[in-house]
Amino acid sequence: MSQIHVKTIINGDASEFLCAADETLLDVLRDRLDLTGSKEGCASGDCGACSVTMDGRLVCACLVLGAEADGTEITTIEGMATGENLHPLQQAFLDHAALQCGICTPGFLVAAKSLLERNPDPTEEETRYWLAGNLCRCTGYDKIVRAVLDAAKIMRETA
Amino acid sequence: MQFQSPLSVEDAVAFLADDQNARILSGGTDLLVRLRLGHIAPSKIVDIKKIEGMRSITREDGGFRIGAAVSGAEMNENHDLYLAWPGVVEAAGLIGSTQIQGRATIVGNLCNAGPAADSVPALVAASATARIAGPSGVRDVLVQDIPIAPGQTSLKIGELVTSIFLPAQPVNGSDAYLRFIPRTEMDIAVVGCGVSLKLDSAGTVVQARVALGAVAPTVLLVENAAEILIGTQLDDDALSALAEASSSVANPIDDKRGTIAFRKDVSGVLTCRAAKIAYSRAKGTVK
Amino acid sequence: MPKDEFTPRTFSVVGTRPLRPDGIDKVTGRARYGADISAPGMLTGMVLRSPHAHARICSIDTSVAAAMPGVKAVITRADFPVHPENNGTADVLDNCMADKKALYDGHAVAAVAASSRRAALDALATIKVVYEVLPHVLDVDEAMKLDAPILHKGRKQEGVPADVSDNVLTRTEYGHGDPEIGFQMADLVIERQFKTAATHQGYIEPHSCLATLGSDGQGDLWVCTQGHYMARNTCAEILGLDSGCLRVTPSEIGGGFGGKTTVFLEPTALLLSQKSGRPVKMTMTREEVFRASGPTASTSIDIKIGMTKDGTITAAKGDYRYQNGAYEAMNGTLGAMTGFAPYDLDHVKTVGWDVVTNRPKAAAYRAPGAPMAAFAVESVIDELAYKLGLDPIEVRLKNAAREGTKSAYGPTYPAIGLEATLKAAKSHPHWSAPLGENQGRGVACGFWFNFGGDTCVSLMVNPDGTVSLSEGNPDIGGSRAAMSMMAAEELGIPMERVRTIIADTAALGQNEVTDGSRVTFAVGLATIKAARHAIQIMVERAAMTWGIDPEAVEWVDGAAQPAGPNAGKHPPMSLAEIAAIASNTGGPISGHFEVNAEGAGVSFGTHIADTEVDPETGAVKIIRYTVFQDAGKAVHPSFVEGQLQGGAVQGIGWALNEEYIYGKDGTLQNAGFLDYRIPVASDLPMIDTAILEIPNPGHPYGVRGVGETGIVPPLAAVANSVSRAAGVRMTSLPMSPPKVLAALKKM
Repeated sequence: MSQIHVKTIINGDASEFLCAADETLLDVLRDRLDLTGSKEGCASGDCGACSVTMDGRLVCACLVLGAEADGTEITTIEGMATGENLHPLQQAFLDHAALQCGICTPGFLVAAKSLLERNPDPTEEETRYWLAGNLCRCTGYDKIVRAVLDAAKIMRETA
Repeated sequence: MQFQSPLSVEDAVAFLADDQNARILSGGTDLLVRLRLGHIAPSKIVDIKKIEGMRSITREDGGFRIGAAVSGAEMNENHDLYLAWPGVVEAAGLIGSTQIQGRATIVGNLCNAGPAADSVPALVAASATARIAGPSGVRDVLVQDIPIAPGQTSLKIGELVTSIFLPAQPVNGSDAYLRFIPRTEMDIAVVGCGVSLKLDSAGTVVQARVALGAVAPTVLLVENAAEILIGTQLDDDALSALAEASSSVANPIDDKRGTIAFRKDVSGVLTCRAAKIAYSRAKGTVK
Repeated sequence: MPKDEFTPRTFSVVGTRPLRPDGIDKVTGRARYGADISAPGMLTGMVLRSPHAHARICSIDTSVAAAMPGVKAVITRADFPVHPENNGTADVLDNCMADKKALYDGHAVAAVAASSRRAALDALATIKVVYEVLPHVLDVDEAMKLDAPILHKGRKQEGVPADVSDNVLTRTEYGHGDPEIGFQMADLVIERQFKTAATHQGYIEPHSCLATLGSDGQGDLWVCTQGHYMARNTCAEILGLDSGCLRVTPSEIGGGFGGKTTVFLEPTALLLSQKSGRPVKMTMTREEVFRASGPTASTSIDIKIGMTKDGTITAAKGDYRYQNGAYEAMNGTLGAMTGFAPYDLDHVKTVGWDVVTNRPKAAAYRAPGAPMAAFAVESVIDELAYKLGLDPIEVRLKNAAREGTKSAYGPTYPAIGLEATLKAAKSHPHWSAPLGENQGRGVACGFWFNFGGDTCVSLMVNPDGTVSLSEGNPDIGGSRAAMSMMAAEELGIPMERVRTIIADTAALGQNEVTDGSRVTFAVGLATIKAARHAIQIMVERAAMTWGIDPEAVEWVDGAAQPAGPNAGKHPPMSLAEIAAIASNTGGPISGHFEVNAEGAGVSFGTHIADTEVDPETGAVKIIRYTVFQDAGKAVHPSFVEGQLQGGAVQGIGWALNEEYIYGKDGTLQNAGFLDYRIPVASDLPMIDTAILEIPNPGHPYGVRGVGETGIVPPLAAVANSVSRAAGVRMTSLPMSPPKVLAALKKM
């Protein structure tokens, strides 16, 4: 299988890579670009641990081919903090103890950021439904939802 | 395996006609899963997303033409489309998670020909048509004639669906889609029901279409729904008869998602619930 | 059993809620989990798995695979050098790589290491295995019948009668008194049969490891595991290595809950590495996790309980039949021990059966064997209470075990917190909140033993006055923070000055797996003792500096000071000051402690669940949920809350929608998160928690393990709630909508 040349922007940085036709964006991020923050939990779009945004749209990286990323802008968990400054969502997750093992945390943070960009004041129900594609087995979701709602409040106040 | 991103429908058709083991990639939320599981081994993937018009929703003859690469999320963000066909838009919005919504398309959902496809019953109730491009030209076909068996469509070699057309929503008309799943999200429909109604200015049903999903190899039109509902205002007797009609038409299997008895029962229940929603929406537009 | 460790005190660090030290790594994606590592020259390892539930392996031809481009090693069971003497290890090896028979759909039969995933997949496709398909058995009751297909001959142990098949490996009995006498005294006797389906821990991170093993028997293993010492010892035994030559480093772990307390890929990865001369990385796909790691037992349980009109239980009997997949396990025994553990009974008898079937080898899921037993027992108690018109919490209070009660499984209880959780539940607003139409409320209790085990901790005082703590238990719940807190508490310094790491197997002595809710208890105890050891040394250094006797020096608020006016006038020396001159006073300062910890306190919990049932579809919605559990002492209350909430939601999934679904051919039908339905965020409300603190006498701060008990009550709490909402007793889990609707229609 010959390799495809792909040019994208990842977390604001120009990025070029070669990949096989059947490699997913998740494969590329983790195995070629050393961006292991996005996790593989299922490779079938059922767990959300590989959540990234593509041209501003929340997607599962395991359901996008590397080749499809050509000409797009990708953001991953690695692009969420700015230098040493955490995003309010990241800080809220820490403050609320909204993570235990942490494997689902990158996916939740990317997904929650996408939610708040569209809806800065979601209800608890809206938050839960938006995040239904992110599975967590450790927390029972309680502290995660509290963290997202709290971050939303903080972000509205400092906007 | 090769990856191609044609820029025109003609090029896409040529790739497909040339190679019977080529697969179309639109949203990819089904294709990539099968690829990874090793269920398919295509020689070529033809990505249609760079073809002009594939990603647009345009007004046409009072209705809407939805390109084959329009995602569920994009459909849900189109206010006019939602006002006209809330059932279709909601159905598209129920396919998978927010992440799936960011990619999945109703055309892909339709062409996978899965018996439980969420977008199909609502499209069928809406009398939607699919525009097909192929080696012998372009043709329009009712959505309900696309799936012919689980995993099989009526499309010929080299053909692809380039758009779905939703007709103009008549005044005093609306639709609804409901599905039953065991959790609140993320499941494949155990039963799906799309209802489209048109009322007269007094609130009496003058047109009705009811379609069921996940209860037969392909989507089912409940043929006598129109007869049962026309002339009524969805009184209890009409609803009872409607439930009965749905349950008896449903022809499901026992599988890991539901039993025959369960699916038949719930077909009736969902049909009534969806009909009531469509009715109150249609009435909301009564002048 | 040590009962004198606990001393009441006021805490300054323990009981607060500092941010977790591994938090920034985890919220930025920097933390490295099992699959987040690579090594130069690394190969990808992949496993070929049996498509049959039960088959004799007649031959395996790997010759084509071995010759393919990019393939550097191919192995089958024949390549493993050792037949372990220990039955348990032999079973683990057989599970990692089948020998003469494939015992379940997904059982590993061969493996390759190749230069890419694609090359490995292509190689696997060429391996020719000739199977002779055998009849299979999946259900526990079917497997016990004399005409059932047999998995292993001659593994039946003493105590198993002749009228059940060779698939029944053990039969155990517990209890005291004579239930037949007790039943005579009852006003109402209820006898019910229950069934539960197999479930999976559902951790989001699949098993993954990176193995390097040289021909000289020196090796390195990076693995996501709950026990890297277990991984080392098991792999060493299986491969005939000296355990000291195999260095295992635990990665961050993306969930385990008991499912990562054993090995599945690791011996294979090490052997592939040895044969290929290259590092080999192996990661399970999600499908492999479901098919070939360790789900729970499925069960068939009979319960009979007699109660008087005023709610006293006069007699109780239970028969607990559990299938553990294809190899021996203790889940039935544990069910027989735990089901009636919350109650003070004069007449109780339980029998536990452990049976094999053609399913993957069961592993623990939090409290192994207990949730199913609690489901059955608590359902019958609920039904008795309902029929006698009694309050379900009052009934439990009336019969509750207390300090001094002889438990149903044998030992007599020291101070325990069951009554406290029941009283807290009773007075909580949840218990008296009004219910709407089609809604019902269920309450249930649960118990888990908790455990101590082998533990080593090393605490180093650095020259700058900071403290480095090395412990040997992978952190699955925030335990590094808890250890830092306990060390800081004991030393009298801020928690920020203590950094806890999980050391690899070369750095500490043997540590038991992170299981049994043992870490905060046992590693905490060892941490406290190691800190006290360091304090003793620092006291001596201060004494030396002052020229006085060490007996005249005490440690207060993070500093050594003279113990009384007679000791002389010396200003206190802080830890930092003593650390700074350590080299001049005798050398670097560290404390350590090694123990097989005893005195783990049992933990009881009570849960209240409200559900609403849709009478037309059987769909169940969780409306409200509250957890009451005794933690002894909550070192970090947010982390304890997290354990309670997590366990509750796992139990909710187990009660409502999770199950292993098999086809008639014995193959698993739902090996993915689409059709193995764990709860999603929109399925749930907030999970409220109330932490009770009845100190455990066996721990210096009173700590009890909490991680496991949380999964024991929810199956019953939800079942009791649904039964009351629907008006029909549910006796089979999961209570998926088709089953609930069918039960409603039968009424």
